[in-house]
Amino acid sequence: MNANPLVILFYLAALIAIVASIKVVTRNNTVHALLYLVISLVAVAVCFYLMGAPFAAGLEVIVYAGAILVLFVFAIMLFGLRQDETRLAPKNTGFSVWLGPCVLALCLLAELVYVLQHDGIQAQLSATVVDSKQVGILLYGPYLLAVEIASFLLLAGLIAGFHFAKPREQGGDL
Amino acid sequence: MILALLPFYPLISAMALLTLGKRLPWFLASVLSVTSVLASAISTAILMSQLAIQEQGAIQVTLWSWFSLYGNGEVPVNVAFNFDALSAVMCAVVSGVGFLIHLYAAAYMKTDDNFHRFMAFMNLFIVAMLILVLADNLVLLYLGWEGVGLCSFLLIGFWYQSKENVAAARKAFIVTRIGDTSMAIGLFWLFNSLGSLNIESVNQLAIQTWQTGDNTVFWIALLLLGGAVGKSAQLPLHTWLPDAMAGPTPVSALIHAATMVTAGVYLIARLHDVFILAPEVMTIVAMIGALTLLLAGIAALFQYDIKRVLAYSTMSQIGYMMLALGAGAWSAGIFHLMTHAFFKALLFLTAGSIIWALHHEQNIYRMGGMFKRLPVESILLTIGLVCLIALPGTSGFFSKEAIIAELWSSPTAGPVFWWAAIIGAFITSIYSCRLFFLVCLGTARNTVNLEPTMHIAFKVALFTLAMLSLIGSWFYADLTPWFSAEITKTTNDPAWLHVIAIVTPFIGLLFSWFYFSGFRQGDKQQISQSGKNLNEKTFYLFCHRGLGIDRLYQVLLVTPYIRLSQLNRKDIIDGAVMLLAWYTHLFKEVWQSSQNGHLRWYASAFALGFVLLTAGWLL
Amino acid sequence: MTTIPLMHVLILASTLFGIGFVGVIVRKNALFMLMSLEVMLNATGVAFIGAGATWQQADGQVMFILILTLAAAEVAVGLALLICLQNKHQTLDVDVLSRLKG
Repeated sequence: MNANPLVILFYLAALIAIVASIKVVTRNNTVHALLYLVISLVAVAVCFYLMGAPFAAGLEVIVYAGAILVLFVFAIMLFGLRQDETRLAPKNTGFSVWLGPCVLALCLLAELVYVLQHDGIQAQLSATVVDSKQVGILLYGPYLLAVEIASFLLLAGLIAGFHFAKPREQGGDL
Repeated sequence: MILALLPFYPLISAMALLTLGKRLPWFLASVLSVTSVLASAISTAILMSQLAIQEQGAIQVTLWSWFSLYGNGEVPVNVAFNFDALSAVMCAVVSGVGFLIHLYAAAYMKTDDNFHRFMAFMNLFIVAMLILVLADNLVLLYLGWEGVGLCSFLLIGFWYQSKENVAAARKAFIVTRIGDTSMAIGLFWLFNSLGSLNIESVNQLAIQTWQTGDNTVFWIALLLLGGAVGKSAQLPLHTWLPDAMAGPTPVSALIHAATMVTAGVYLIARLHDVFILAPEVMTIVAMIGALTLLLAGIAALFQYDIKRVLAYSTMSQIGYMMLALGAGAWSAGIFHLMTHAFFKALLFLTAGSIIWALHHEQNIYRMGGMFKRLPVESILLTIGLVCLIALPGTSGFFSKEAIIAELWSSPTAGPVFWWAAIIGAFITSIYSCRLFFLVCLGTARNTVNLEPTMHIAFKVALFTLAMLSLIGSWFYADLTPWFSAEITKTTNDPAWLHVIAIVTPFIGLLFSWFYFSGFRQGDKQQISQSGKNLNEKTFYLFCHRGLGIDRLYQVLLVTPYIRLSQLNRKDIIDGAVMLLAWYTHLFKEVWQSSQNGHLRWYASAFALGFVLLTAGWLL
Repeated sequence: MTTIPLMHVLILASTLFGIGFVGVIVRKNALFMLMSLEVMLNATGVAFIGAGATWQQADGQVMFILILTLAAAEVAVGLALLICLQNKHQTLDVDVLSRLKG
């Protein structure tokens, strides 16, 4: 077995992603689940970085872990934390709630720092990286139509979100 | 052109009455329906005069081609009419008597809520009957045949609110259906062996194809006879006619006395060439006629409903016609058909008037003394009865004597049938006298206020019919030349035959004059005792119920059938079919339970399908 | 030039996908179903990036970006629908929404 540190780091990040994902689907409390989802996404972002796709890793953190998760948080706030599952959860067990995500996040941080300061790994990565320039050329070249379609999709999502979420009169149906 | 339109005037009227319904006032509706029949009658008269002038034998017209049958090559079945001597007589009777009865009915049914429906059905009946008698081929004839059956059903059950009427209508329909089925089979067979259903060619081909007494022609004739027996209410399919009196009286007069019930007689006369080739069937016809006329005559003696007396009398008189046909006396049979139509229509309509006047009282034991209370009706009734008894000088006399005269020496009939006819005549005069004594003589046993009856339409219809009954024999059209295949006589008649035949009714009169003297003088005790006997004594009851034939059918056919249908209540064959439905239902249940609306369930099914597909692809 | 074996990347992707899918099936709460869907979409992204890295092509990342937009749109609409559901039925239990049953 090749004891390449890059691969070992990848396995570690993958393990963190899997554990966090399992935690996501097994939590009772929505906010706890969200915390683990963030960890999962960040772990996947680290994986991307290790696979030589730093641009994708950045997007993963910004869009997924940033924008989409914020959307979730706002939605949960709109629901007013009144879900039965939230109520049934043990009252503010304090430390244990955020211990798990914190440990996993610290692991990831340590890994990232290690990768950034390890010259051998950096050399390995720079050899295999597919940088954002290539992606941009491809996106606005052969994939132009797909981009247009994606923009339509976002527009549709925007309109639909606006339409569904706006307060309506009595008797409005779903 | 006249012939082509002849049967369709009443059809127009019927359609108009059915569509417009109660929007037409009574006067317009009755004028429409009555004149439409009158138009047919006038057309018939014109055609008859043409027929007499042309001396061709027949006027024919083809309206349109209906469809084609494929036997040996293509055989077209046309809607075509054939107007010859026989059709002429029948047409005259149907449209002429039909017109008078329509006239009567328009007044009689004036107050009925469903007057329009009634007249429409009556018109429709006339249409069907005219098609029947004018039909050029047997398919068209069968159409008319079923048409009159339908109208009969509709009109017997006209007052469908009462259960008995509906039952009577159903009985009439089902019993005649048995005969019709037999006739249809006969027609199929006929077409199969002759390759034609055109009446003229059937008659010709039959003579060319078959020898006298062939097996095939025997069975065909027998099957056709089955149809005739059903429609003409002869033994053994006669049981529907007395019950059919549940319909309004004009219906009884038109359908169940004057026209429809004679359709069987017409059918046999029409296909006489076929029947002649089967002498055994001719004898069977004569036997059926003789038995029916005796049985119906006896049953008529034990009725208390005036209309049922007349109904049994009708069966008996049609028995005479059958007897004549069986003896090969075609012309005499048709002649009796005509005169019978006159006087039986008169009798029924007069009875209807009396019933009307007495507020729907039909029991003759509660009548009596009508000579004083309703003199005109009584005289008309007397005229009708005199014709029925066949006293010399009346039309009934000529026709009945014509039949009786042919019986003795006919090869297919014989002395036995002659004696049956004589005894029948004797019984006829007895029940006629009984009816006359109970209704007209004696003292009134019914004290209700009389309803005024003499509407102008009543008058015209009744007096015309009375005239026809008395002098109808003047219209005697000798059809003997038309029936080319007359049966040759074998023996000579003894001289005393005619004397006995003429004297018999008088003997009957004399007998009943003394035997029913109590009825005649209005002996209340004897009358009420007699009325009671009909309900109590076994023998009387037996005769009152038509000599137990109905009971016999009940025991032999109806009860086993009901038992059988009760056994098969769950319908065994249907069970097998339902198994299929049950399986379908099972499948539906299974698949429906999969469509439970739960998103997570669908997703699981999706995953399962994916896993299975992938597994299948991998392995 | 050593890199991460494609097979291992794919194992990671399918594991994440399976976890997400189990989440979708097992959880009754619609919010958790949405989160599980996010995990599933993410797993596909992993598979694409892994493939792109193996062959040193940018197409994998392009696909990932498209999946990202899809996820964003889906979450926006999905959350809006959940808000409607909450307003109408006062619950996020998807089994309540079974009116389309056969």
